Amino acid sequence: MHYKVLLIGITMDTNTKKIEDLKDIKSMMERSSRFLSLSGLSGISAGIFALIGGFIAYFIMDMGKIKYDEHFYLLQPLPFENVLLPLLILGSSVLILALGSALFFSMRKARKQGMSLWGHTTRRLLTHLFIPLITGGFFILILIDSNDVTLVASATLIFYGLALVNAGKYTFGEVHYLGISEIILGILAGIFVHYGLVFWVLGFGVLHIVYGSVMYFRYER
Amino acid sequence: MKGIISKLNKAFESRIRLGIMSVLVVNEWVDFNTLKELLDTTDGNLASHLKALEEKQFVKMKKQFIGRKPRTSYQVTETGRSLFTLHIEALENLFSNQ
Repeated sequence: MHYKVLLIGITMDTNTKKIEDLKDIKSMMERSSRFLSLSGLSGISAGIFALIGGFIAYFIMDMGKIKYDEHFYLLQPLPFENVLLPLLILGSSVLILALGSALFFSMRKARKQGMSLWGHTTRRLLTHLFIPLITGGFFILILIDSNDVTLVASATLIFYGLALVNAGKYTFGEVHYLGISEIILGILAGIFVHYGLVFWVLGFGVLHIVYGSVMYFRYER
Repeated sequence: MKGIISKLNKAFESRIRLGIMSVLVVNEWVDFNTLKELLDTTDGNLASHLKALEEKQFVKMKKQFIGRKPRTSYQVTETGRSLFTLHIEALENLFSNQ
């Protein structure tokens, strides 16, 4: 019995310090192993660029007289000059704008947190993100080259989802679930090939905006 | 009851040492400068704590040359990992037992 009294006596004195210790340990483990400067605003802006890109893509295909049946179904092969080339340029611009804004908002968040943007957590995140992503990029180029464009939307979503699941271990856990959602949309896009552009806009536009808003209100306000 | 107190390891009492161990148990090799930035401390302070942990064989060190610059990295040893885990458990038990 008097051991217990002794214990309480000791812990009363050191209670606050021990609680602080535990908090410190947890935050150090987090800070040192995960990339925490990813801003929700990056997701929102990437989503907005994707939405705009999706609408422009719709008009490019329309003006190139690419007739879908009643559901956006691309007839192939695509004429290079007035459809495929503009689409490739559009796609690259959307990618650059999305990455640029992600970088911009992450830099801002890192500065606010007093952390440097380029550290070992950043390197690890990017390596795990880009291995599936670049693989997917090459695979899609092969698809386009062999004039098999029906599964492009599906493939972009699936590889992007896999990249996010892979990278999710090294940043906020929510990224993992964003990845799973992208994979599911990608599979659906493969089943309902007629709706490729719709799924693409849902995956890269709507999902990013939803994810970004959740992250922003959860961690940054 | 007495056991819980004695499991709190004196070697981990300083803030810096607690920080070093926390970072090392969740990463493979961490270099000196990354540790310094994470723990927001000075070269001398960090070096002396690392040395103490190394002498107790809780961490091990390796030196590499990147070009001409030496880079010192640290890794937690098995002993260090298990003792640190015990230390965390002891801290947690302290609260759940009240």
